[in-house]
Amino acid sequence: MAEPLLSVRNLRVEFPTRHGTLIAVDDLSFDIAPGEILGVVGESGAGKSLTGMAIIGLLEPPGRIAAGEIRLEGERIDALPAEAMRRIRGKRIGAIFQDPLTSLNPLFTIGEQLVETILTHLDMSERQARDRAIELLAEVGIPAPELRIDNYPHHFSGGMRQRVVIALALCARPRLIVADEPTTALDVSIQAQIIELLRKLARENGAAVMLITHDMGVIAETADRVAVMYAGRLAEIGPVKEVIHAPHHPYTSGLMSSIPKLGEGRETLAQIDGAMPRLTAIPPGCAFNPRCPKRFDRCTAERPSPLPAGTTEAACWLYAR
Amino acid sequence: MLAFVLRRIAQAVLVMLAVGLIAFSLFTFVGDPVLFMLGQDATPEDRIRITHLLGLDQPFYVQYAHFVARAVQGDFGLSLRQVQPVSRLFVERLPATLELSFVAALLAIAVGIPMGVYAALKRNSWLSQVFLAVSLIGVSLPTFLIGILLILVFAVLLGWLPSFGRGDTVAIGWWTTGFLTVSGLKSLILPSITLGLFQMTLIMRLVRSEMLEVLRTDYIKFARARGLPDRSVHFRHALKNTLVPVITIAGLQLGSIIAFAIITETVFQWPGMGLLFIQSVTVADIPVMAAYLCLIALIFVVINLVVDLLYYAVDPRLRLDRAAAAH
Repeated sequence: MAEPLLSVRNLRVEFPTRHGTLIAVDDLSFDIAPGEILGVVGESGAGKSLTGMAIIGLLEPPGRIAAGEIRLEGERIDALPAEAMRRIRGKRIGAIFQDPLTSLNPLFTIGEQLVETILTHLDMSERQARDRAIELLAEVGIPAPELRIDNYPHHFSGGMRQRVVIALALCARPRLIVADEPTTALDVSIQAQIIELLRKLARENGAAVMLITHDMGVIAETADRVAVMYAGRLAEIGPVKEVIHAPHHPYTSGLMSSIPKLGEGRETLAQIDGAMPRLTAIPPGCAFNPRCPKRFDRCTAERPSPLPAGTTEAACWLYAR
Repeated sequence: MLAFVLRRIAQAVLVMLAVGLIAFSLFTFVGDPVLFMLGQDATPEDRIRITHLLGLDQPFYVQYAHFVARAVQGDFGLSLRQVQPVSRLFVERLPATLELSFVAALLAIAVGIPMGVYAALKRNSWLSQVFLAVSLIGVSLPTFLIGILLILVFAVLLGWLPSFGRGDTVAIGWWTTGFLTVSGLKSLILPSITLGLFQMTLIMRLVRSEMLEVLRTDYIKFARARGLPDRSVHFRHALKNTLVPVITIAGLQLGSIIAFAIITETVFQWPGMGLLFIQSVTVADIPVMAAYLCLIALIFVVINLVVDLLYYAVDPRLRLDRAAAAH
């Protein structure tokens, strides 16, 4: 593989609290190649969003990166001074958040927000920036952009606002887009449009996407590879087809079989017994061991690292040799 | 927009009519004016004649209509104590109160907003803690006590500033101003701090809590994620959203500054409307009290109207929706 665009190595995100330190992301490593779409799935609290926030350098205090490193095109970005990191955000890494209804400032027109973002990162005149803003709005599929540019966010529907948000994230043509649940707050019918738009724009701009979601359907349609997270750790990572159709990690298997399929005619949904451990009470060894049907002695004693398993890598002792 | 303004003005007129009714009913509490004017020895015929001459034999609502008609022209009759037209007394006193209130409001806003913004942005710095502690004092200490303490320190102990009065004033037409003389400006300092301190601390605490709220919102997070500089995130995106609710409160506070000037004016013997009102209360000078009531109500109503329009100018979400709702 060529040099990865983004490389995360042994990332550890901690939250110091009164009752001790919470480890929200633990020893997480993965790469994203240029132009690749990596899906990141997991239950709520699995650490997916925090990983995204750590990459764009916007962890909310007291959360902090306690160990590991993040490299963007070979350059270490996890320990940069605030001002240097700010220049990277928006220019080299774009971000899209969950709720388009609250992501836009209600008191500024979308044109003002676009132009300000463009002028922050690119050296051009206000006039050129406005032209570019109109171009971007056209690109994300907003009809009559030269008129809509002077509208306020409340003049747009949810789906249209998410398009504006995408335009804002694309202002300076970043190489990487971190999209945190970009479709969760939208109607199902709009979700597909937005996902398709995101995929098309990423391809046209040669941008890689880190697509954080808990929706396996979205991942299956969009991603090239998928990383499955569990209790702040990587459970399995690999090509999307493999992970969906031939998962190796028992957690991934459970996750996939819990998705109902049309025409199966089952009475009950398959489920994984128990719940993800709280971050204060992660069991020793493999974090999944209390719920794992294939548990054996080593699982409760030693923590597995990701091990090659077919074409994927799974953090599971079943694949130790 | 026009419909919105007209509706607001109609509401304002209704409020003024209601206040006028209360002011008018004050007159019925001072006893029979005819008895006052003629004394006890008057004949019944004289009484009837005077009663008729004053229009007091007419039904209540006709008298009220006359009162309103004269009040609209600024005519509230003669002051019982000073035997001068009430309107002239107020015109003499109005500049003093308005100048004092203006400086106090300016102080409250110009100091309160930056303090609040600072306390929100540097939440854990020692200076923010000091601001919060001081604001607690400002909110909890009564105005007259602050005034007396300031007089004690700066007028009595240090002797830097005058303890009472307006100093020398310059007349510009009917308006007398203290802004143009050194003694006038020096005289303004202590009373305006006294009057503005409560509002300043209130605005500071309000700005701080609103700003903290705004800084937590998704659009601020998204603005940071786009790499906008802190200066823009804080002072463009966050501050503008913070000021929407602050405008309402600050505007309404301006009204109460003018109304609560009574206490400050009494402490500093400031020759304004508040002092006039207090002096009138002690001698039951009803026409002056009624006029004061109406005037303060008018100021409140006008400020409210202006605040509504300002709100409308700042928040684009209201423009479309309200206009649509009005049709």
